[in-house]
Amino acid sequence: MPEPRDVAFRGGGFAPTRRRLAAPVAFAVLLLAWEGAGRAGWISPIFLPRPGAVLEALADLARSGALAAHLGASLSRIAGGWAIGTAAGFAAGLAIGLASLARSVGVPLVSALFPIPKIALLPLMILWFGIGEASKLATIALGVFFPTAIAVHAAVDGVPRNLVRMAQSFGVPARDILLKVVLPGAWPAILAGFRITASIALILVVSAEMIGAQQGIGQFVLQAGNLMIPEDLLAGILVLSLLGLAIGALIGAAERRTTRWR
Amino acid sequence: MDLLVEGVSHGYGALPVLDGVSLSIASGEIVALLGPSGCGKSTLLGIAGGMVAPGAGRVRLRGEAPAACLNPLTYVFQDFALLPWRDVAGNVALPLEHHGLGAAERARRVDDALARIGLSDFRGAWPRQLSGGMRQRVGIARALVVEPAVLLMDEPLSALDAQTRELLMEDLLALWRQTRFTALYVTHNLAEALRLAHRVVVLSRRPGRVREVVEVPVPVGERGAPAAAATLAALHERLWALVRDEARDAEREIADAGAA
Repeated sequence: MPEPRDVAFRGGGFAPTRRRLAAPVAFAVLLLAWEGAGRAGWISPIFLPRPGAVLEALADLARSGALAAHLGASLSRIAGGWAIGTAAGFAAGLAIGLASLARSVGVPLVSALFPIPKIALLPLMILWFGIGEASKLATIALGVFFPTAIAVHAAVDGVPRNLVRMAQSFGVPARDILLKVVLPGAWPAILAGFRITASIALILVVSAEMIGAQQGIGQFVLQAGNLMIPEDLLAGILVLSLLGLAIGALIGAAERRTTRWR
Repeated sequence: MDLLVEGVSHGYGALPVLDGVSLSIASGEIVALLGPSGCGKSTLLGIAGGMVAPGAGRVRLRGEAPAACLNPLTYVFQDFALLPWRDVAGNVALPLEHHGLGAAERARRVDDALARIGLSDFRGAWPRQLSGGMRQRVGIARALVVEPAVLLMDEPLSALDAQTRELLMEDLLALWRQTRFTALYVTHNLAEALRLAHRVVVLSRRPGRVREVVEVPVPVGERGAPAAAATLAALHERLWALVRDEARDAEREIADAGAA
């Protein structure tokens, strides 16, 4: 009998894990290299200003009150347009998800209109509503409406039918089935849709403000470019990124609060 | 309250699944509906409770439901059908909420139903935290809370492992001894039918017809006794002889349909 041999381990790899400190260190290295390269004069400050200079510009903006004014203008447009588009899209998606006629009419209609880049409709909205706030709100609302309708429709479709049948078998009225079975079941997928529509609203508010606005982060970024003040330009972009992160965090918190059962 | 199924036929498109099925369930009686896969057992149960409109025939109720009964025909589902976003007590309370009961009466009924199936300590748990057996206990408590006249049970134990199935079967037997509930119990498991049922209705393969109705001559409470073993074994043989050819043919049929 020959000597027994060890069975070699061959099951490793293909299972990456997260190293906790890796990301902050990488960010710090990147920013320090950028700052150092700027200070050493390797990168022209007109081409790409140092992170420190961008932060100083941001601090100046905050002190002068300009930041609050621009941010307030953009936020109120996002909030208003998103709320209108979400309310309408929610109603449309619910109808498509629950009623045969609405589904037969709504699905082809939404599919046909969804691919239109909504910013292209801004000139039409300006013709309809004038150059003021209404046209911007309408553009954002339109951009939010279609993805919301699609997400809510899909979310309602995704609610297990056996739960609806169960409720019916106990004689639960239709309105209660909607409130206690359909909407709670659809809620996680609807929240996932909110993530998408919030980022769409952010894109559209910046675009609309770049086309025509007195105030707003988009207008500020465009103007900083025109005036060749790259510190302000990047400060505006930084504010937009933070805004996107904040909205994402808000939705994440809502998800954690309302879907503890998962 | 008696449940009468009269000449029920049904089909899905051109495919007939039930052909002239008649049976009756008297108050306090458990009738097992036995048959191979695809013979229309679940469809018949759906028709019996008004969840599927029959192609022909009708289902009637005779007599009055008990005064406390909120939902005479009440299902227990194979897949439990619990709302994952409600805890155990919330799931059990669901069928009470639209009846305008007072909060105290509602709480009393929920507590009572949970206690009857041994769930009182689990009232705050989410369904995802429970084992399959505990989930089905929640499904049973939710059925009991409305004080049903007839329980319609759709293979309630078939999604569970063998040991859990045994434990739940004991719970069901204890429950029947306490409350003498009436039930139509769909299963493809001979042993379950012989443990619980007063009568076993054997359906043929698709389209389902009543092939035979077999009385189980041993009282439910005495089926574990050694004296009953020989009788039950003989009955098991007889039922298996009835079912095996149907089951084999049904199995082939599905395999052929899958290949086509």
